[in-house]
Amino acid sequence: MAQIPHKRKEGLYVLEYLAFLAVTPAVFFLCVCVGSVKVPLGDTVRLILDAIRGSDISGIKFASIIVSVRIPRVLSAALVGASLSLCGAGMQGLLKNPLADGSTLGVSSAASLGAVIAIAFGITVPFLPFAGTMIMAILFAFLGLLIILSLAYKLDSSLSTNTIILIGVIFSMFVSSITSLVITFASDKIKHITFWTMGSLQGNNYTHVLILCGALVIFGGVILLHARELNAFAVGEDNARNIGVNVRRVRLTILICVSALIGVCVSIGGTIAFVGLVTPHMTRIIVGPNHKKLLPVSVFAGAIFLMLSDLAARILLNPLELPIGVVTSMIGSVVFIYIFITGRRKGK
Amino acid sequence: MSMLEVKDLSVSYGDLHILRDVSFSVEPGQWLMIIGPNGAGKTTILNSISRGVPYTGTIVYQGRDIRRWKPRELALNIGLLSQNNSMGYAFTVEEIVRLGRYAHSASVLSGDKDGREEAIDRAIALTGLEGLRNQSSLTLSGGELQRTFLAQLFAQDPRLLMLDEPTNHLDLVYQKQVFNLIREWLTENGRAVVSVVHDLSLARAYGTHALLLSKGRTVAEGPVSEVTAPKLLNEVYSMDVYSWMREMYSQWTDEDSST
Repeated sequence: MAQIPHKRKEGLYVLEYLAFLAVTPAVFFLCVCVGSVKVPLGDTVRLILDAIRGSDISGIKFASIIVSVRIPRVLSAALVGASLSLCGAGMQGLLKNPLADGSTLGVSSAASLGAVIAIAFGITVPFLPFAGTMIMAILFAFLGLLIILSLAYKLDSSLSTNTIILIGVIFSMFVSSITSLVITFASDKIKHITFWTMGSLQGNNYTHVLILCGALVIFGGVILLHARELNAFAVGEDNARNIGVNVRRVRLTILICVSALIGVCVSIGGTIAFVGLVTPHMTRIIVGPNHKKLLPVSVFAGAIFLMLSDLAARILLNPLELPIGVVTSMIGSVVFIYIFITGRRKGK
Repeated sequence: MSMLEVKDLSVSYGDLHILRDVSFSVEPGQWLMIIGPNGAGKTTILNSISRGVPYTGTIVYQGRDIRRWKPRELALNIGLLSQNNSMGYAFTVEEIVRLGRYAHSASVLSGDKDGREEAIDRAIALTGLEGLRNQSSLTLSGGELQRTFLAQLFAQDPRLLMLDEPTNHLDLVYQKQVFNLIREWLTENGRAVVSVVHDLSLARAYGTHALLLSKGRTVAEGPVSEVTAPKLLNEVYSMDVYSWMREMYSQWTDEDSST
């Protein structure tokens, strides 16, 4: 067979990495400055520097908008985006399936159900206001993943794209219907249904940011440390076993980390669909499928994608604010169809 | 103590019995050819040894039950070339071969400093993949992909090679090259090969021993010349295997080669 020149830019890895490192703060500042009230970049930077130094900023113009509203919101968007993107990349490698993602598999819906049940039935942890909702979201995300994968393995041990997606859609619909039912009966306690179906980062504060940051460092860190194992799974589970990967342990570790991250994200930002599908796919086109590059770059790409999506949600129909999931779903569905069609063309 | 000892190996899927009480052993320096008709359970034996399917019975490698080996330890000792390797993502040939060194490096942080690059280069050179090193595996032909996974196996450098239909998709040049390569590999102390083959000529030409299976049961085990005796083969394949082989080879006469 004639040799086809390899297209991937392995040599540019460091440059690509630096580019993402540079673009992320640039997008962050853009998203903090732009909104229903436009704040000049210089003022924003000065305010942030003053706040970091501990100076009194209470009298400064835009201070409360920037420090109390925009920054925690944009940081939440970045962290949720990074987490969901990392989860998507991890799942796509683990299952050797480019369409696997928290939303396509129904894991996010399961996490939503857990959170909604916790709120409706008043499941709380003393002294930790978010913990009850968060733990239930994580637990349900993990149970959801186990149910979906057990069903998929039973029906089709090769875990083909069609089987996974079909089961994911059915499971998602089933779980969403229960969520709606619980919300209907406990509507006085639970946020509007769109939060759990379309997500929102409105009103997030620094506590949310800290929790998201902690979850990303711990669970995301574990996923990042499994880059080689995910490479092996992405080539094939049998191949992973043959080269010495402890497939059971790695699979369980990744599933727990993915469930925990999705659970935390959903309990804070609701169900924001397709982030984990779109960004790893785009990233894979740029840096290739090697998880040593794909995972870290997906973190940055996810952060950038969700910060921009949140910005679009805030300004597209200003003063009306769109749920963030509307923006991600619109982009995500187009990408989903694209991957599905190109995948079928390849005979997958 | 044998290098590999398989005793009363049985595998079932529900009521379907794939293997029933199969026993055999492999000594260093041996090339065991597992032969038999389709559905005899040949591949299942390899999958059981690599712990890819649940089984009953015992499989002992170097005096220790393989269930007690850690995955990484086992991969340093036993390597398997599967029959079906399909790619989903565009990994390069080198990235796939590099995965073969997984068991040699303790963690993602420590790396494999003991000759990783040399092992990868050697494996790629041995399988004739130098020109395809950075090519996406999605664009490879079946034979090229088979050679890529064979290179991964050489990079893994186990003591016992298990090959499931190693000549799948390979043209004659590479069939000959791969089998000669494995025969040469086998000359080093403490190594052995177990392979599943359909081509009985290859089994007789390269194998030292053979295991003949039929419907999941052992028909014969021993030196390849004894196991491939006409009576046994005719019984298992329900045809006159020797006549068929002679008829095939009679197509290749000396007169043809001189023209």
